[in-house]
Amino acid sequence: MSDLSFMPSTETIFERKGENTMVVNMGPQHPSTHGVLRVVCELDGETIVQAKCQIGYLHTGMEKEAEYQQYHKCVVMTDRMDYLNANGNNLAHALAVEKLLGCEIPRRGSYLRVILAELSRIASHCVWLGTHALDLGAMTPFFYIMQQREMILDLFEMFSGVRMMPSWIVPGGLRGDMPDGFELRLRDFLREFPKELDVVETMLVENPIWMERTQNIGILTAQETLELGCSGPIARASGVAWDLRKSNPYSCYEEFDFQIPVGAMGDVYDRFLVRLAEMKESVKIITQAIDGLPEGPYNTEDRKIAPPPRAEIDSSMESLIHHFKLYTEGYHPPVGEAYAGIEGSKGELGFYIISDGSNKPYRWHERPSSFMNLKSLEVLAEGRLIADLIAIIGSIDIVLGEIDR
Amino acid sequence: MVEWLRDNPTVLALVRVLVFVVPILLLVPGFIWWERRLLSWMQDRIGPNRTGTFTIRGRKIRTFGLLQPIADGVKLFLKEDVTPNTVDRVLYFLAPMVALFPAFALGGTLPFAPWLHESPGEAGMWAMWTPIANVDIGILYVMAISSLGVYGVVLAGYASNNKYSLLGGLRSSAQLISYELAMGVSLAAIVMASGSLKMTEMVRTQESALWGAFPWIQNWFLFTPFGLVAGLIFLICMVAETNRAPFDLPEAENEIIAGYHTEYSSMKFAVFFMGEYAAMFVFGGVFATVFLGGYNLLPVNWAACAESIPSMAGFFDFMGKLNYYGAPAWFLLKCFAGITFYIWLRATLPRLRYDQLMSLGWKTLLPLAVANFIVVAIWIMGNAAYPPFGGLVAAGAAAILVVLLYLNLMALQKKGTTSLEKRQVALVDPAPARRSVTMVEPGRRS
Repeated sequence: MSDLSFMPSTETIFERKGENTMVVNMGPQHPSTHGVLRVVCELDGETIVQAKCQIGYLHTGMEKEAEYQQYHKCVVMTDRMDYLNANGNNLAHALAVEKLLGCEIPRRGSYLRVILAELSRIASHCVWLGTHALDLGAMTPFFYIMQQREMILDLFEMFSGVRMMPSWIVPGGLRGDMPDGFELRLRDFLREFPKELDVVETMLVENPIWMERTQNIGILTAQETLELGCSGPIARASGVAWDLRKSNPYSCYEEFDFQIPVGAMGDVYDRFLVRLAEMKESVKIITQAIDGLPEGPYNTEDRKIAPPPRAEIDSSMESLIHHFKLYTEGYHPPVGEAYAGIEGSKGELGFYIISDGSNKPYRWHERPSSFMNLKSLEVLAEGRLIADLIAIIGSIDIVLGEIDR
Repeated sequence: MVEWLRDNPTVLALVRVLVFVVPILLLVPGFIWWERRLLSWMQDRIGPNRTGTFTIRGRKIRTFGLLQPIADGVKLFLKEDVTPNTVDRVLYFLAPMVALFPAFALGGTLPFAPWLHESPGEAGMWAMWTPIANVDIGILYVMAISSLGVYGVVLAGYASNNKYSLLGGLRSSAQLISYELAMGVSLAAIVMASGSLKMTEMVRTQESALWGAFPWIQNWFLFTPFGLVAGLIFLICMVAETNRAPFDLPEAENEIIAGYHTEYSSMKFAVFFMGEYAAMFVFGGVFATVFLGGYNLLPVNWAACAESIPSMAGFFDFMGKLNYYGAPAWFLLKCFAGITFYIWLRATLPRLRYDQLMSLGWKTLLPLAVANFIVVAIWIMGNAAYPPFGGLVAAGAAAILVVLLYLNLMALQKKGTTSLEKRQVALVDPAPARRSVTMVEPGRRS
């Protein structure tokens, strides 16, 4: 039966460093690799001699497929990349296409985008917090925090009818305005969420076992994060005060008063604290955005990019033609290339689009934040225990949909 | 019937075993249901609450999901029993049995009802049934047999021929050596205080006057200072002994994928599962026996109370009878409390790393247990010389000395190692440093 037994050919992955070591294949089916990440570890006892990440188990070829789709149809693929931070991906894509088109979004549109993107960030961090705690054996925070995520998904459902992949932020603005009753529900959420987050915090932040499991583990210095190309909470936990919302504001972020959390040690515990603080800052941003939500249109006035309102189609022939052309042919950005990056929930998330003047992108590429961050895993895992590897994977907060695309 | 049993001790022994084992086997599904329900309540969800609801003649009979574990058991029983062909067959089959056996073997020594009647030497109505075996070396037997449970885990990990299982087995043995010592020493202190290894004698000791001074209250070991320390140590160790969260390292499903029972399916898995719950129950019983006054409902000597306050003698008498005749129920209640404690822990705490468990065992629990042992020794000497309070004074002085010594040692050890700290992240507001991406035409790119 030797042909049936599983023999991973590790020779192609790495050369064994130790003499009496054991190669363990962690994933792609493993409860704590957050999807289908495969980490091939060389173990000496339980100490990891070396670890190599193998990715590609969730490859869907979305970047290539986008080259055969009109720009406004690419949007639905962006949600499915980082499916936890769908609005963030929508936003990055929309910004890149708008940069190509040279189109301006009214302030109301930008504010609504900020609300959606920040809600998405909170939702993404909720999943991270729940699963990270679950990985380290703390079961209860998962259930508490996932309830809060459900509240956010309810809000998305109000907007778009879809819970996880709203595709609501499109080039040219949004697919529709804020629905009735949304503000009330949003304010309810903003009032309740910090309290619920505090409950989870009290369970973990000062818990000695939690501190023991996370402190001084997976330390990444500021220099290393820059060298590895890490961004987002990982870089900030290591002391790099780099946040695109601050350093390169987009979508009216410069109008909001918020701060970015920066850690000192750069270990798992710091990343945990940074993300917790980020959630609170996001609540602050959303509160300001909903308080100061400007009146006016939410879409660009350019009818070639954004569809006309439904009522206009009934009375204006021109609008009907615009609507028809937009949904059959799309729009033709000028020849050129554009990159727009946003601060996603996991780091810098950018879209790089080359236009050849047709209605489909010539090249459509995402700068996936998890993919860049994942590279730090191999560095961090060396010499640590398996249990630490789990903590480190959790603290990097990867989404395989984004890594493999 | 009872007389006939008394005349046939072999039959009686078998009946006693049945009286003990059958309730445990019947209670295990109940515990599983309670764990799932309680955990659900703690985690803000519902849990199994409707399996077993059926309708007879239009009347709904609810069991509140109590039949869920039975349904699970039936499911496991009917599932295909997959045995990977690379396993060590003998050990693979043996391991679940080895894992199940210690729980029952341990339970046999637990006195679940008063061994003697009120007047010393007179055998009471429960004497015929409990304990199953009044082992002379009682607590030593408990220590010896409970360690055997680890063999089940290690053998399963080894025999499965699976790397994760092997890691689980290794973790289990690493765990064993780290808490077993502290557990033994903490129990040794109690043995010294009660002057006997027998479980029945331990309970008898706890029925005496509190601190030798207050005859109305029972001297449960948890109420004595040294007993409290030993009790806490034992409590932590028994969680480790039964592989429960936060010490469920051998089966950490998030790290090593259910560890030692990864390769087990069907009934063999169910046996592991049952062994774990039975062990939880029995260790709850051991804790109740050694620290919580065994089968007594409340820490009150009803007879002494009746003597002191004759006006209420009727009530105290009634309570005394209630205490005596309901003893198994009170014992069960305490085991149940133990299991509830386990579940509470599981809902609250993250899992430790195995080297952290080892350092907890060796650096914290063992020194504490040894210090406690010394204090008890001094307490007993002092008590013998100047009863009733001389012991307390001497033990208090000794305790202060030992604690000071311990703190100094810890301070010495902490030098040079990084300690845990509560941190906060700094909130900063960096100034914008605008980057811009210029648009270029593809043709112009070099």
